[in-house]
Amino acid sequence: MNAVLARFDYRNLRDFTRPLLIAAMFVATTPAFATTIERVVSPGGIEAWLVHEPAVPLIALDFAFIGGAVQDPPCKAGTANLVASLLDEGAGEFDSKAFHNRLERKAIELSFQAERDTLHGSLRTLSENKDEAFDDLRLALTAPRFDASDIEIMRGQILSMLRRAATSPNEIASQRWWQAAFPGHPYSHPVSGTLESVTALTADDIRDYSHRVLARGKLKVAVVGDIDAETVRTALDRIFGALPAQPELKTIGTMAPQGLGKRIVVKLDVPQAVVTFGGPGIARNDPDFMAAYIVNHILGGGSFSSRLYQEVREKRGLAYSVYDSLVWLNYTALFLGGTATRADRAGETLDVIQKEIRRLANDGPTAQELANAKAHLNGSFVLNLDTSTKIAALLVQLQLDGLGTDYFRRRPEMINAVTLDDARRVAKRLLDAGLLVTVVGRPEGLASIGAE
Amino acid sequence: MLPDHRAPVVTHMIWYKVGAADETAGRSGLAHFLEHLMFKGTEKNPGNRFSQVVADIGGQENAFTSSDYTGFFQRVPSEHLKEMMAFEADRITGLVLTDDVVRPELNVVLEEQNMRVANNPNSRLGEQIDAALYLNHPYGRPVIGWRPEIEQLTRDDALAFYRRFYTPNNAIVVVAGDVTAAEVKEDADDTYGKIAPRAEVAPRRRPLEPVQDASRTVTLADPRVEQPSLSRAYLAPSRTTAKPGVSDALEVLAHVLGGGENSRLYRSLVVEQGVAINAGAYYSPTALDYGKFGLYATPRSGKSLHDVEAAIDAVIADIREQGVTADELSLAKNRLIADAVYAQDNQAALARWFGAALATGETVEMVRRWPEDIRAVSADAVRDAARTLLDSRASVTGYLVHAVQAEEKHT
Repeated sequence: MNAVLARFDYRNLRDFTRPLLIAAMFVATTPAFATTIERVVSPGGIEAWLVHEPAVPLIALDFAFIGGAVQDPPCKAGTANLVASLLDEGAGEFDSKAFHNRLERKAIELSFQAERDTLHGSLRTLSENKDEAFDDLRLALTAPRFDASDIEIMRGQILSMLRRAATSPNEIASQRWWQAAFPGHPYSHPVSGTLESVTALTADDIRDYSHRVLARGKLKVAVVGDIDAETVRTALDRIFGALPAQPELKTIGTMAPQGLGKRIVVKLDVPQAVVTFGGPGIARNDPDFMAAYIVNHILGGGSFSSRLYQEVREKRGLAYSVYDSLVWLNYTALFLGGTATRADRAGETLDVIQKEIRRLANDGPTAQELANAKAHLNGSFVLNLDTSTKIAALLVQLQLDGLGTDYFRRRPEMINAVTLDDARRVAKRLLDAGLLVTVVGRPEGLASIGAE
Repeated sequence: MLPDHRAPVVTHMIWYKVGAADETAGRSGLAHFLEHLMFKGTEKNPGNRFSQVVADIGGQENAFTSSDYTGFFQRVPSEHLKEMMAFEADRITGLVLTDDVVRPELNVVLEEQNMRVANNPNSRLGEQIDAALYLNHPYGRPVIGWRPEIEQLTRDDALAFYRRFYTPNNAIVVVAGDVTAAEVKEDADDTYGKIAPRAEVAPRRRPLEPVQDASRTVTLADPRVEQPSLSRAYLAPSRTTAKPGVSDALEVLAHVLGGGENSRLYRSLVVEQGVAINAGAYYSPTALDYGKFGLYATPRSGKSLHDVEAAIDAVIADIREQGVTADELSLAKNRLIADAVYAQDNQAALARWFGAALATGETVEMVRRWPEDIRAVSADAVRDAARTLLDSRASVTGYLVHAVQAEEKHT
């Protein structure tokens, strides 16, 4: 049987960073499920946010070490990604086969992922197997084996993925955008690295990275499910206690995206042209952030009612997918969007998008749009926190963003406080700086502008 | 009705027992096109009023189409359940379509086809494998449709299909969340209960597959393929059509053979022999007529698709001959059964599991007893399933290759 097709497709979001996915699950009213966030601190000083919910006998534990792909050494792009792929490939006395066997025997799900700014991990277990699960996680973090044979297998898988990406229009559009936006900055490198850099990585690079980054000092942890605070306190020291106290992170400079006004067209023989566009965003701790979040929602955020969705898809049938998101990272802030459209109408599509961005920058949203957006963002909170895994991921993100456990309570006030004047002013601030655009395919009548 | 009282949220789904395999020949893509058009408004709720209400209460909505079913859902605060039911009930029979909305939507669907299939060599190969796997059954055509036929779809086609298949007696409503069965019953009576059936539902008798006597291969060569790969599909029974215990045995078989890094294919091809960088297997049991059992592998650089295929065939020969060990069996069962617990954490996924099962001829009882059915699978049943199912004559092997490489083969 064929795959199931959905009306909307969010897959395009995958190219971007974690905060963006979290953006879709922003917080407004207080949900029953996540009513009480407890801040738990272990005897060893490790902090976690806990939501105790015993209704389903499982536990989701999420954590992030600050220092993701941006901490890859120069010319060694992809180090964090390779490390993440290896952390569940054997630890302590258990080689990869034995380790996977332990996990599978108890249906323990353990995964690691390198993001631009963090190395992220996620554990899910039935509560009856939590002791084994916590032991496996402790081993993975504190005694990873990095056996040569496993390094070669994971390297092979990553290289294969990179070979595929080399001719994928979505990957090319996204990579070229980041390259042009952040010349000389670690953000210009793909998180997964390049064929050259990944081929050259050594076991020493891997060990060196994990020693530098896997530490207690910049660790954020969240636990959700069938486990109480006392058990979490003990578990935190057991899992993370043996890690070094502080990471050794190199200093990374902040950078605003460059190349505004440029358009880079990359020829690729595919029927559909893939477009990435974006510009400077607004930082997470900026007083205008919430207004920008609302403006972005009106322009191209998650729902069908956005201007881009209406103008590009609904009225003109130019694309199946068109979207725009705020991205906030430790060393930059962006708004970033994309679409995919037929070659002979790529120019028209880009015109429509640019016109809508200009229109919103110049005139701001209408009072009705602002009211609808607030209603949606306030109401969508409960709905988006529907699984333990999602709640755990959000709690980690809130910690990374430097927000407090009272954020759920404060958020509706912050949304409701945004006035029409705020929204107009911030629309101008957010959307008037010009766009960097990359187009991959054979778009008719679209040439590069301002690009070598 | 699936209770979940952790949050004041409800997932409301309506499933129509119609999908791409119910389309008339020559109109492929119609079920999916109609799914898109269902968002164009009714006489009572014109334009996008339904979507606007969902958005304003912070809700989510989406829809999906498969070969066997078409579904629509909303996730909303529980107090809005009845309102959602009223909207959905209205849209069972009230859809209004004009050319002004149909034409742009057809272009949207064509762009969706470009994005999912035309721009992606691997998806194009997948379509060709399915087309070759089903000699007679309409599962051989893509859910999104064949492009030349999608281009010809009209408003009249969509409305005719709608009137024939969208009727309350051809629909299933699944509700999961913070409500009681009594509330659901009452709200459904007040909304859905008021919509009269408007069409007879004919039995879903589709063309049958003959005995498949010849293994098939298809090759997709594209200059953009930088990473060759192999995938193979076997014709399999579905949970609905299989003899008792067989689909459960196939689920265990798929897990032992290719579920994760402990599986036979991964251990043998990737870890021990180093001929592949990835390998796995899957079984899709939820279908009205046929399920699908699939294998895939990606050769390591320097190794050919032939090397990989030989290694796969050796693994298959061994499992057909020797069956599975007691340890493999218990490990696979534990892993599969745990998924039933994990599913309880995701209201929408749970609703979807039940909905898909019911729309493909299973019963609530069959879904509920699935963990027990898996627990009851014996090693002999897995070996027998392997012997029956993994028969190359009922399979298609697809090769994804770089275009230049393919031309060299021909010269």
